[in-house]
Amino acid sequence: MDKTINQKAWFLVLPVFAVVAFSAILPLMTVVNYSMQDTFGNNQFFWNGVGWFKELLDPSTDLGGRFLASLGRNLLFSAIILAIEVPLGIVVALSMPREGWTVAVCLVILALPLLIPWNVVGTIWQIFGRPDIGLLGYTLNTLGIDYNYVSNEFDAWATVIVMDVWHWTSLVALLCYAGLKSIPDAYYQAAQIDGASRWAVFKAIQLPKMNRVLLIAVLLRFMDSFMIYTEPFVVTGGGPGNSTTFVSIELVKIALGQFDLGKAAALSLVYNLIILIVCWVFYTVMTNAGVERPAKKGGA
Amino acid sequence: MHSIPGRRLIISLFLIFLLLPIYWLVNMSFKTNAEIVTTMTLWPHQPTLENYRRIFTDESWYSGYINSLTYVMINTVISIAVALPAAYGFSRYRFLGDKHLFFWLLSNRMAPAAVFALPFFNLYSAINLFDTPWAVALAHCIFNVPLAVWILEGFVSGVPREIDETAFLDGYSFPRFFVKILVPLIASGIGVAAFFCFMFSWVELLLARTLTSVNAKPISAIMTRTVSAAGMDWGLLAAAGVLTIIPGALVIWFVRNYIARGFALGRV
Repeated sequence: MDKTINQKAWFLVLPVFAVVAFSAILPLMTVVNYSMQDTFGNNQFFWNGVGWFKELLDPSTDLGGRFLASLGRNLLFSAIILAIEVPLGIVVALSMPREGWTVAVCLVILALPLLIPWNVVGTIWQIFGRPDIGLLGYTLNTLGIDYNYVSNEFDAWATVIVMDVWHWTSLVALLCYAGLKSIPDAYYQAAQIDGASRWAVFKAIQLPKMNRVLLIAVLLRFMDSFMIYTEPFVVTGGGPGNSTTFVSIELVKIALGQFDLGKAAALSLVYNLIILIVCWVFYTVMTNAGVERPAKKGGA
Repeated sequence: MHSIPGRRLIISLFLIFLLLPIYWLVNMSFKTNAEIVTTMTLWPHQPTLENYRRIFTDESWYSGYINSLTYVMINTVISIAVALPAAYGFSRYRFLGDKHLFFWLLSNRMAPAAVFALPFFNLYSAINLFDTPWAVALAHCIFNVPLAVWILEGFVSGVPREIDETAFLDGYSFPRFFVKILVPLIASGIGVAAFFCFMFSWVELLLARTLTSVNAKPISAIMTRTVSAAGMDWGLLAAAGVLTIIPGALVIWFVRNYIARGFALGRV
């Protein structure tokens, strides 16, 4: 609200600035440097200007084709998991018990998948989905559904999506639950007196109150699914073929697999730029959501 | 009142969906490899602790847990220590470039780890920190420090300004005020921030794996290597996986009453 202007506050912020600058700015400079060069091993570098960037945005080249294809897959993946996780998270939050010891139990179980290391999440689903030793794969195959995430593209996609729903729906649910908890009882009593239907209560009271947390949930889930690497890498390794190779997987392949530093750096910059733009939108919307806008005057 | 029809059924089904894959992992960790491969059993018919025994007696396995916990702890301490003053600064004062700085911090929370893997490798090799817990701890600061600042700023803003002013009138110096008054007041906030720092550092694999080779290898990296090299030792893999879930489960149990509040701030 009425914060005092005090330039000395920079001293308070300085440690954070130093730590993050060390981890962010120095590496970023390296990336920018590499992105303009080509390497032929032996640490010999050649000036390549904006060549990599041109190639990156041109689908007819190898690099561009791979980048744009993985970008497309990644956007499709993000869209699907958002379409499942957000409604499911809301339903789960609405289904939470109201009081008693069951609340604590539900909260702990909900939070559990969030604290499992990402590669173990991959391992869990890798085992769970295997047709020979996994409960899911075995059951599906016994039921006569030919399910094999290693060789079938559709099954690989389904596994990765169900895994993400398993892993992250809790985050949406917990955020929505926190939003619901902040609604005073008086609102519900008023609704009861008015004889409002359940749907009306949801639409007029609960949904508007969850607006802010839902916004955060959607944007966080978008960002994190856009950067997803470990879980699909462990389960499918990006296959079968390239069907589950998302942008991060492609990037790590080029950077640490082929050591093609120039291409990897150019890809990194474009990738980071996309994230930065979405992040800026996120930040602007977030900071404006807290401020009550003055009502517009009608007529002009 | 804030409930929907059939809510017990929905929540039960969802919790079962969450627990079933975890149960399967626990189930397999108590089986022998022969039982896993030959038969499909819903619970271990010949329960064995052999898989766990191998992990606890083989140094190359259990050192992974120690390495992981070491860098997670270092990272949590660094993140909270540098984030506390900054959170106070952002919460109380306006200064040149404060909004831009905040946005820049936030953008680092969102930066893909894959982008930083290679430059970090070069950077930490150059300063001789490669393959130490410090390299991983510092690298994880890039997303945990902004997060800690973000969470703590919310909690500091919840403390009325009058408390600061009264303390300074009573002759408290700034550091003394900070340690004696502010920190105890936002203790639960520090707990929530530490919880999230622990969580994100514990679950991250890509950077931790890139920045270590032998001495500081995290448990998750040791697991991935075993999958490819030893082939099909599923029981051992499952036991190692179960052991990585336990620290997280313990942490959740201790902070369960604060989780909802931490999320309520909407700052994750």
